[in-house]
Amino acid sequence: MSARLVTGKLLGSVATLVFVIVFNFFLFRVVETDPVGSLFRGRNLSQSQRVELTKQFGLDGSKAHQFVRYLEQTATLNLGRSYTTNQPVADEIRRKAGPTIALVGISSVLSALFGTLLGIAAAWRRRTAADYSIQGFTMATYAMPDFWLGMLLLTTVGVGLGLFPVGGIVDPSSDATGFAKLLDQAKHMVLPGLTLTLAYLGEYAIIMRSSLLDTMREDYLLLARAKGLRDVVVRNRHAVPNALLPVVALAAINFGLVLAGAIAVEAIFSWPGLGLATYEALKGPDLPMLQGLFLVFSASVIVFNLIADLLYSYLDPRVRPS
Amino acid sequence: MSTAAAHSPRRIAWTRRRRAVSGAWREYRHHRPGMIGLGILIAVVAMALAAPLLADPSGLHVVTTTQNAAFASPSDFGGLGTDKFGRPVLTQFIWGARISLLVGLAATILAVLIGSVVGILAGFFGGKPGGALMRVTEWFLVIPFLPLAIALAAILGPSVKNLIVVIGITSWPSTARLIRAQVLTLKERDYVDRSRALGASDWHLMTRHILPNVSPLILANTTLTVPIVILSEATLSFLGLGDPQNASWGKMLDDAFEAGAVTLQAWWWIIPPGLGIMLVVLAFTLCGTALEEILDPRLRDRRRA
Repeated sequence: MSARLVTGKLLGSVATLVFVIVFNFFLFRVVETDPVGSLFRGRNLSQSQRVELTKQFGLDGSKAHQFVRYLEQTATLNLGRSYTTNQPVADEIRRKAGPTIALVGISSVLSALFGTLLGIAAAWRRRTAADYSIQGFTMATYAMPDFWLGMLLLTTVGVGLGLFPVGGIVDPSSDATGFAKLLDQAKHMVLPGLTLTLAYLGEYAIIMRSSLLDTMREDYLLLARAKGLRDVVVRNRHAVPNALLPVVALAAINFGLVLAGAIAVEAIFSWPGLGLATYEALKGPDLPMLQGLFLVFSASVIVFNLIADLLYSYLDPRVRPS
Repeated sequence: MSTAAAHSPRRIAWTRRRRAVSGAWREYRHHRPGMIGLGILIAVVAMALAAPLLADPSGLHVVTTTQNAAFASPSDFGGLGTDKFGRPVLTQFIWGARISLLVGLAATILAVLIGSVVGILAGFFGGKPGGALMRVTEWFLVIPFLPLAIALAAILGPSVKNLIVVIGITSWPSTARLIRAQVLTLKERDYVDRSRALGASDWHLMTRHILPNVSPLILANTTLTVPIVILSEATLSFLGLGDPQNASWGKMLDDAFEAGAVTLQAWWWIIPPGLGIMLVVLAFTLCGTALEEILDPRLRDRRRA
């Protein structure tokens, strides 16, 4: 990979990030002339409270003045103070990022792994009962709202059978530390993790299946077979590695997206991450928190898109510019 | 019929288009998953349209259902049981279909409209202006949909109209990219060059040559955008951004969750709305995939291979 290519893509991502930062300002300040009024619709708000809130949100002064102040603050990672907890938004986000990264990271890896395996299995057994059942299963999980799947698992496995804890990240009554605490956290992660894994595995299975079917039509596989290689070798050594390309790119892109996509699932399982923070900020409503979260989610998508892009041009010589 | 009328260019074009549509339908009829999807869709749309005949709308309001028991299971109440306020779940399910489908279709039309206009313009006017338009599209493509929609919906307030607008103006970039790619290959065709040489304006080229040729793609893309939009609507409504006056299936799930239906194991309140969303999403996906295979020339070849 040439240095020029990497620099180009890096600059593109930086430009996108700048766009998001500017857009974030306009989204919360210019779209509606009176965000304080509409966010507190239907509640009693005295004139002095209104002035105070306007000031607190940094909505006083001219738009140009506000914009400069916003840019200065964002550049120094000062995202304002949360309206509900009165803590700096940046600290809140830092504290809540851990649980989300753990949950989303583990379920992303599991869904990519099992989705890919299902896709390979379906493609090998193309147009058999096994293929149709795998396709039916993956289509069904893809079509379900993820939070509904979570509610079903919660109702049956969680509340009904009582097999796993139904919410939170640790048992509040236990004061376990070290390994025992880790085990407790793992138990809490089972249901939300299973929900996200099932919800995102369908996409991988569908893409892997069609990618492998495309690859299996390539001439070099015909050659491999003509050389007398066994079918298993042809598939595992020649077809699968090449067919994996789009799946690898999808996995990288998805990780950035799932971070923000786990909002409803985190809310259902009271998983104390960025998703639950969004849900709560929405109920608040906590404008500075929402704004900060929006920035972090967008930045994560941009970073993982860049990683996917670089990974793809590293892995696939065809998209490498000569 | 005079020969002049029979051979007018417009008439020839319409005859050709009519033939193409009936040809596509002939192929579609033999596409089993596509027909299953279409069947489900017709059933759900019929149910939504016939809602006033199927269920009394007074069952939707808390004040008119006080005589019913709360959290009554289907075996106690009949139908699909009742919710926390004694409202029949079946009534809400039937009327909820209307809102879910309305938002799903209206927001999709808005998104595809914006996406098609941007895509055609970006593809047709290559170079600097087209590139700039594409740059903006890519920016919107990376803004994560859900947080953006949440922020917008929170700022605008919960109503069916706002849901449509929010989802519509956040879902167009992928359509724009797809249409642009197709337009880029179309504008290099000989008949476009020929038409231009004969003095056709940009407007004429775009509306008479480019648009009719990308419209099959737009149709397939529309059908594949609806399921994504319906899932988005469900998520937004579940997060409390749905219209309380016009409850969709997503809003029903929000109500059920907030009322503690999970802890009470009120499965009759949880299962129907989610199943409805799943069926509609599945149906549109099946139809869209079938249309894509029939209408997209690249996929058509692959299917026959």
